[in-house]
Amino acid sequence: MSSHYEAPIREPLILGEKSYHDITVDIARPIEGKANKNWYIAFYIALAAMLWGFGCIFYTVGTGIGTWGLNKNIGWAWDITNFVWWVGIGHAGTLISAVLLLFRQKWRMAINRSAEAMTIFAVFQAGLFPIIHMGRPWNGYWVLPMPNQFGSLWVNFNSPLLWDVFAISTYLSVSLVFWWTGLLPDFAMIRDRAVKPFQKKIYSLLSFGWSGRAKDWQRFEEVSLVLAGLATPLVLSVHTIVSMDFATSINPGWHSTIFPPYFVAGAIFSGFAMVQTLLGIMRKVTNLENYITRLHIEYMNIVIILTGGIVAVAYATEFFIAWYTASPYENYTYLSVGAATGPYKWAFWSLIFFNILTPQLLWFKKIRRSFIWSFIISIAINIGMWFERFDIIAIVLSKGHLPSTWWRFEPTFVDIGIFIGTIGFFFVLFLLYARTFPVIAQAEVKTILKSSGESYKKLRDGNHEQ
Amino acid sequence: MSNKVIHAFYNDDEILMDAVKKVRSEHHHIEEVFCPFPVHGLDKALGLAPTRLAIASFMYGCVGLCFAIWMTNYMMIQDWPQDIGGKPNFTWWANMPAFVPILFEMTVFFAAHLMVITFYMRSRIWPFKEAENPDPRTTDDHFLMEIPVHNNEKELTALLKGTGAVEINIVEKHS
Repeated sequence: MSSHYEAPIREPLILGEKSYHDITVDIARPIEGKANKNWYIAFYIALAAMLWGFGCIFYTVGTGIGTWGLNKNIGWAWDITNFVWWVGIGHAGTLISAVLLLFRQKWRMAINRSAEAMTIFAVFQAGLFPIIHMGRPWNGYWVLPMPNQFGSLWVNFNSPLLWDVFAISTYLSVSLVFWWTGLLPDFAMIRDRAVKPFQKKIYSLLSFGWSGRAKDWQRFEEVSLVLAGLATPLVLSVHTIVSMDFATSINPGWHSTIFPPYFVAGAIFSGFAMVQTLLGIMRKVTNLENYITRLHIEYMNIVIILTGGIVAVAYATEFFIAWYTASPYENYTYLSVGAATGPYKWAFWSLIFFNILTPQLLWFKKIRRSFIWSFIISIAINIGMWFERFDIIAIVLSKGHLPSTWWRFEPTFVDIGIFIGTIGFFFVLFLLYARTFPVIAQAEVKTILKSSGESYKKLRDGNHEQ
Repeated sequence: MSNKVIHAFYNDDEILMDAVKKVRSEHHHIEEVFCPFPVHGLDKALGLAPTRLAIASFMYGCVGLCFAIWMTNYMMIQDWPQDIGGKPNFTWWANMPAFVPILFEMTVFFAAHLMVITFYMRSRIWPFKEAENPDPRTTDDHFLMEIPVHNNEKELTALLKGTGAVEINIVEKHS
């Protein structure tokens, strides 16, 4: 057992007396069993929200962007807010599976599958907003560099918006491939257990005929490692480029060189909060409490404190610089005395309360290790991070250089409907995923059973005493 | 030549590793090992050559970078030069800083996707491919060692029993 040694001081990551077969059974159970009533209730609520959102999207496309609350000053508001919010949420998955793989963090194995699923579903939602904001989504392919009928005019590679197109599509497709490659052995496990012929066929198709040869595993591990190495700078680049949508402009409040690192930290902050929200529910619903443990929750909370701290420092810097310039224009930025006391003060203080003050509770070990508190705080962070983007966009744009043009943004029911619709769509995808996909990377978890399983650790401790 | 192979099942990764070393030290050829999860060091114990996928990925990344340089140069500098925001458009080099995000993303795109496609082709996995593991337990908790038989069934069986195999079958391989 020497090859599986782990210091006894480390808490176990897999609780209970588990064998390799037990892991198989536990992870296949949600797929092989029937959904309970709560799943159906949640699914229908999400479906209703999604359909309402689709209705609002059709109304927007049919009538025009005038159905939104946009005005002359505020040319984008909830759409870009929601876009940045969803992309940010989509950062935790690849961070967990790529960065934590490079750091050899074993605890990532219980949560990486669901975090990656969340990433992909969140990026879907994010991608919707720029497309519908085009007004004529059927012309969406114009963002691609292709010869066209208007003379040989090409896309503008100097524009951050086009960088975004490249960054988001690379990120989405690479995350998808990373996720699916990791899923192959687990789909194969479900396939080989399936009793019903239809199920067997479907999982056979999904598993791409994975057989688990020694050479396949060697390549599999190499591919995972290289993909992690590629995805690590990729995940950092994506939100960097999203922040450049603002930072390369010349608006006070946006034209800020700390945006890229600050946006990346904020994205990881919100992404981990969303993972916390989802897993807090999922571990209960799918009876996977032995795999997603208190320790996992605590580790994620520690990442949240760290990234939340970076975000708080960035806010303080922005606020200080706005004041220090003594420029009247800077007093209309989203972090300034003007914002704290102006018409958007409710949004300003929501940001401070949800994003800076609430996460500080996680300094207490009791709270950090509590499921219910982690859940509540994660919801608060989700709200706070939405307000961050709303503040950056709406507060900055509401006051331009010409006071007679100052105007505020008020969302219409269509703005709200589309946002709620994407939340519904996200949960529809996630709920379907939780019923049909192996929600934990069981092949990987089996590799750490002997080093980090509770029963094996106890066995080793017993041997030491003898 | 006989198509008979022996299938030895193991239910523990460490016993399997010792068994692989033992069988190889007795100069028997191990045709294949099927595992439910990656066993570290198994490829070395089996004498498998290291995979070159990482090198391939590096080269694909270089291709992606070259492609992005060609694309930005052709579209922005040669075919339809535009002066946008006063950014220089005379040479690719002077405009390059604005292209860095595109160069980076294309490099990653090519390196990641072409590597995964190469992996799928080399390991022969794709949609509608039939699985080839001989026993469904090898994706659950059993490890299977496949050894070709050349009229030495008894000797092999005894050897494998000694290494801790939990089940030994001699089967006719269809191929």
